[in-house]
Amino acid sequence: MKPNVLLSARQAGKSFVHQGQPRWACRGVSFDLYPGEVLAVVGESGSGKSTLLRLLAARLACDEGSVHYDVRTESDSQPGGLMDLAELSEARLRWLARTDWGFVEQHARDGLRMNVSGGANVGERLMALGARHYGQLRSEAVSWMQRVELDTGRIDDLPATYSGGMQQRLQIARNLVTHPRLVFMDEPTTGLDVSVQARLLDLLRELVDELQLAAVVVTHDLAVARLLAQRMLVMKDGCVVEQGLTDRVLDDPQHPYTQLLVSSVLTP
Amino acid sequence: MMDQHYNFAFLDERTKKRIRRALLKAVAVPGYQVPFGSREMPFAYGWGTGGVQITASIIGLSDVLKVIDQGADDTTNAVNIRRFFARTTGVATTGKTRDATLIQTRHRIPEVALTEAQILVYQVPMPEPMSRLEPSRRETIKMHALSEYGLMHVRLYEDIAQLGAISRAYDYPVMVNERYLMSPSPIPKFDNPKMHMNPALQLFGAGREKRLYAIPPYTAVRSLDFEDHPFEVQRWDHACALCGASESYLDEMIVDDAGSRLFVCSDSDYCEERRDAGHVGTQQAVTLHDALAVPADAITPAEQEAA
Amino acid sequence: MYVAVKGGAAAIESSWRLLEAQRRGDTRLAALSVAQIREQLSLAVDRVMSEGSLYDPELAALAIKQASGDLMEAIFLLRAYRTTLPRLGYSEPLDTARIALVRRISAAFKEVPGGQLLGPTYDYTQRLLDFALLAEGDGAATSPLVPTEEAGAVPETPSATVPRINDLLAREGLLETPQPVDAAPPGDLTRDPLMFPADRALRLQALARGDEGWLLAMGYSTQRGYANSHPFAGEIRRGFVSVELVPDELGFAIDIGDLEVTECQMINQFGGSREVPPQFTQGYGLAFGGAERKTMAMALVDRALRADELGEPRVAPAQDEEFVLSHADNVEASGFVQHLKLPHYVDFQAELELVRKLRVAHAAAIKEAA
Repeated sequence: MKPNVLLSARQAGKSFVHQGQPRWACRGVSFDLYPGEVLAVVGESGSGKSTLLRLLAARLACDEGSVHYDVRTESDSQPGGLMDLAELSEARLRWLARTDWGFVEQHARDGLRMNVSGGANVGERLMALGARHYGQLRSEAVSWMQRVELDTGRIDDLPATYSGGMQQRLQIARNLVTHPRLVFMDEPTTGLDVSVQARLLDLLRELVDELQLAAVVVTHDLAVARLLAQRMLVMKDGCVVEQGLTDRVLDDPQHPYTQLLVSSVLTP
Repeated sequence: MMDQHYNFAFLDERTKKRIRRALLKAVAVPGYQVPFGSREMPFAYGWGTGGVQITASIIGLSDVLKVIDQGADDTTNAVNIRRFFARTTGVATTGKTRDATLIQTRHRIPEVALTEAQILVYQVPMPEPMSRLEPSRRETIKMHALSEYGLMHVRLYEDIAQLGAISRAYDYPVMVNERYLMSPSPIPKFDNPKMHMNPALQLFGAGREKRLYAIPPYTAVRSLDFEDHPFEVQRWDHACALCGASESYLDEMIVDDAGSRLFVCSDSDYCEERRDAGHVGTQQAVTLHDALAVPADAITPAEQEAA
Repeated sequence: MYVAVKGGAAAIESSWRLLEAQRRGDTRLAALSVAQIREQLSLAVDRVMSEGSLYDPELAALAIKQASGDLMEAIFLLRAYRTTLPRLGYSEPLDTARIALVRRISAAFKEVPGGQLLGPTYDYTQRLLDFALLAEGDGAATSPLVPTEEAGAVPETPSATVPRINDLLAREGLLETPQPVDAAPPGDLTRDPLMFPADRALRLQALARGDEGWLLAMGYSTQRGYANSHPFAGEIRRGFVSVELVPDELGFAIDIGDLEVTECQMINQFGGSREVPPQFTQGYGLAFGGAERKTMAMALVDRALRADELGEPRVAPAQDEEFVLSHADNVEASGFVQHLKLPHYVDFQAELELVRKLRVAHAAAIKEAA
């Protein structure tokens, strides 16, 4: 049986007022994302990809179009189904963000509590859901730290003492404890050393596979798209100029801008 | 004799009405901080104006008022507040918990169990339980509205991870009616269990921060903890030197240059009542061992009572 | 043997007697009269009225006398008294254009209609202690620092209209004229607690009764680069204005008296967008009596707190309304800081017990590891 659409963007758009004029940061974006699928959103800075991500994660409201998500409900009597995020209350959205969604920030310090230990960071979502056994919280934290290849001896250390790559791994663990079905990632490997990037990408690929995660990954790096995503959108000046299967778009780009991007990738 | 220059209990009737309306809201939503138009009182902010405004709004001629600070009736601030009400209402005052209908308190809950006929008014300096973690009221209002108490949870986890125990000894956060996180005011955690299912109405006033809240009678109040690190109250290795009580909160007083300590009930009325009933303590100061020594050497309260 | 000491009441009474003796000072010297304070310490009286939120020079002077010159204590006394006063209603907005001027200056313009009037000010005195003032009696007449001229004429009741410079700029469209967001009457800070976000009316009320030192520091910080708004003193005016009230029974305004105010309009960096051409923006300050420092600081902080409204990024403490306004009231601040003097031994006892317990656990852990 065909699985239900998990996330659906329908002509989504966001505008800002800049020097008195409305400017569309992104406009007319449409796609359907299924469970276990990874979608890369690729573009250079100013393309609108980060704004799009925030729209999809309901951190911004659409000025045009809509974003829909397959909301799970607690009881079977109330079927879920695709719901317009604009119609969900703030309480519901924040609950979604803490449970069924993950959001990996580009800078780990934006996605972690820097003043509490690694273990506390991983355990927070579980405590918010009512987990009250310290020992169990701790062993969950240990288990997740192992899964993201973090030294569990650092569980009581503050994230500020972790390296950049380790902070990203911690952020990932923190988001995955509640087994979300959808994870948003904003340039998850940008800013890290190249070798660290590579290992992190491998980890992400494994986790996505193992946990059947759906993900929307914003990146300016085509290699990240190639490695992680089955499908991709190419954005320029707020619009989607090309979209499709990753391999097809990268091997046979149709739009001149995509061709430019692909040809610009430095090859040894 | 009531001072005729001021309205009964100092505040004008309209103000009292507004405060009572806010109190009704508070009682309807246990543990929720209700903003109210706090007035300047003849006491400095931070010295009990919230509690005084609540008491002033509900006190009536037939009430019997008790005011305590640190558990005692004769501490200077309690004396000051009691005089204020005596002067502005002419209402009877008492030091006996059992005889009081209205008790205003700072930092303690009386040892004697309260009844349905009594109201306990707490003086609260900082009503927001998460204020040390998040000073912005705008942010904490949202957290309460959305039941997002992650900030507090991680702090408790962190205490255990770093210190081995939760590091709050007073003003220990509680969940009221399993919905709102609440500050019980700076009472020692020893007193927290008394709030749970108490037959009396408990009202909390923060004058400077301009908020009040309430715990209606027989409401569930749970001190935050972990299943494997359960909440526990303070215990002493000594009993009260005056009355021998081993179940009450004790004040520790340094009585000589050698550092000898005397432990005495914090609740002066409770201690006096026990003494009147014939209970006697050791009447002696204690030389405290080095704090690192294992306390097994100390006399247990049971042995002390038997002695 | 320890006896529970019940001396609280007696101690308090004793302290009152000592306080009274301190307040009176050397009894061989004449006691200060409230009238003397009102007249000769008028700037202190003005500050106490503004921050006490009550215009009554005599009561303010009394409070200063009772408080032995501690202005914050005097402000507290006045506020507490204010609580007991019946409220008759709200006055009409003060029309500071109709004013009997004591002083009026503009730094933004060399000449202004109505003229620049220096008035009584410390600005152009040399700050040299005037030892002639040490002498008893009327030393001022013989002081070498003051040229002998006729004393300043007592201002007449406000009848002249001296147009505000702001209004002239606004007429030309050069200065923004911010309007309240909705038609509802402004909130009343003395009736309802301040909640955030607060609109400009409530912010100004909080600033008007806010501590001068706090506002001065916040305003100063903006000048030093913590959210600089490039201010110019458009106008500072001080004088007597009428207070008018519309009683329900009459349905028209009646003049119930005059009060002295100082008003400061700061003209700041121009904003503007494509729809709205560039304009200067405003900062406003108002206080009782002669209070230039206060009103100028208030105007700087008012402008800083308008950051969100004007679409400016918040980068500095002076722009954080929750931070600035929550700590601006010195009655609250003084009370809470000083409340630390109250007994806290029950809580301290709880901390002692916790620390001891943790130390025992720590020692045990070390022993175990060894």
